[in-house]
Amino acid sequence: MVENDRWGTLFAHIILILGVAVVVFPVYVAVIASTHEGGTFLRGVMPLLPGTYGWENYTTVIFEGRSNAGAPPIGGMLWNSFVMAMSIAIGKIAISLLSAFAIVYFRFRFRIFFFWLIFVTLMLPVEVRIVPTFEVVAQLGMLNTYAGLSIPLIASATATFLFRQFFMTVPEEMLEAARVDGAGPLKFFKDILMPLSVTNIAAMFVIMFIYGWNQYLWPLLITTDDSYYTIVMGIQRMITGGDSEPLWHLIMATVVLAALPPILVILFMQRLFVKGLTETEK
Amino acid sequence: MIDGPEMQTKRMTFNSRWLPYALLAPQVIITLIFFIWPAGQALWQSMLREDPFGLRSTFIWFRNFERLFEDPHYLGSMKTTLIFSVSTTLLSMSVALLFATMVNRMIRSKDGYTTFLVWPYAVAPAIAGVLWWFIFNPSVGILPYVLEGFGYDWNHRLNSGDAMVLVVISAAWKQISYNFLFFLAGLHSIPQSLIEAAAIDGAGRTKRFWTIIFPLLSPTTFFLMVVNIVYAMFDTFGVIHATTEGGPAQATNILVYKVFRDGFVGQNLGSSAAQSVILMIIVIALTVVQFRWIERRVNY
Repeated sequence: MVENDRWGTLFAHIILILGVAVVVFPVYVAVIASTHEGGTFLRGVMPLLPGTYGWENYTTVIFEGRSNAGAPPIGGMLWNSFVMAMSIAIGKIAISLLSAFAIVYFRFRFRIFFFWLIFVTLMLPVEVRIVPTFEVVAQLGMLNTYAGLSIPLIASATATFLFRQFFMTVPEEMLEAARVDGAGPLKFFKDILMPLSVTNIAAMFVIMFIYGWNQYLWPLLITTDDSYYTIVMGIQRMITGGDSEPLWHLIMATVVLAALPPILVILFMQRLFVKGLTETEK
Repeated sequence: MIDGPEMQTKRMTFNSRWLPYALLAPQVIITLIFFIWPAGQALWQSMLREDPFGLRSTFIWFRNFERLFEDPHYLGSMKTTLIFSVSTTLLSMSVALLFATMVNRMIRSKDGYTTFLVWPYAVAPAIAGVLWWFIFNPSVGILPYVLEGFGYDWNHRLNSGDAMVLVVISAAWKQISYNFLFFLAGLHSIPQSLIEAAAIDGAGRTKRFWTIIFPLLSPTTFFLMVVNIVYAMFDTFGVIHATTEGGPAQATNILVYKVFRDGFVGQNLGSSAAQSVILMIIVIALTVVQFRWIERRVNY
């Protein structure tokens, strides 16, 4: 620090503590609401201190649901979200590693063309081609399947670029040594390149898992069977599904369960997360 | 990231006629089937008109586009999108910059504050929407209760302005973490010596911020502006769909939501495809701006 100003630092702490409070507040309120019984919300304003119905509410939403109010049990939705997030993360990483390997370690015809083809995916998010993509998936018979939930989303320009960038920094001597030892391309990829990429793969995994878990529009389009609903899109069905007032205590328990897995991933893997985020966007 | 068309390989490469194609195949096949083909379809459909039974379609050139630009609802939606994206971007970036400058002067508590500020990144936009929707709920929410104390009758179900404030806050809240991390990284890379020199010349904290730190952050700021606008325009579908559903009276009907509604619910394929094409042009323009800027930064 240039000068030592105690008041300035104190002021900064106050701003940050207020800031953190504002940032945390919505989730705090959700957690509190999920520990009350339904009747609390009929009596007026939301509570700000925990109630005693937490266990009951969470077991209800996970195992039973409230089918009469349009809320199926969410245990299955959590599982679907997990399968979708894992498939997307693993799929994106796998195909991007292979593409980056091809682009960096081989010279072949149309190399630049393929590179641009991958780049173009950045410019075509699902949101801008909703109806035709839905039609393709429908024609392939992939509606209401795990394949339909994940495969169309695993093309990844960002992951390909990240791995390409990283491969370019791997010393040339590695390849020379491998060739002297008679290693072919696939052996080199598996035994040398992969072990060197572990940190980058992990960082990418954190980002892509969160991306997959938080998908909303895509599952909304291609699932009509509620046994394939994911948790994030399932919440919307809970809100609009019943005719009565929303069941706030159950909705908020669902919200907490839907938000928790990716939040835990960030908190436990903060360094990898920051690395993944700042490097993919460069 | 992109080194232009002469993009390098390693000096020494493997030789194989078929292997590189096989390695690229999964990515390329998925891209062709699920990205390029549907995008082409959208282009084609945007120039067709289907009869009400979907039996026959006629090629009508740019008539769908002309009709869109004559449609007050579409123009209204463009204006809504503009207000929504600019407000979300400004709110989220200014709050994040404030937090980042404050955290950057901390020494011991830096990591602690960072941990508390990064996790909203993990919350899906739809969930962010539902959280704020609950807090702002006219009958049970805490904020309408507080606002009532100040004599303001909050109701985002009826009042367009309230609905817009609700979706902007939800969308901006989630994006603070992202902006915060990039601003913090940007602040880190400013040489301490510059700041010390200015301090010796007698510039106070505020003056140093506006004359040295803020201008040096401008590459980060510009990059974040583009990313945030893309986020607000395309990734916030969940916020709108899970809360206001475009209402009341179209007040929060942003372009992405309108494409979905017109295409899926309204089954107006030609118009929806034309809207898709317009959105595509916007994303392409924004991506080009983003990457042009990156090239420039690399060449500094």
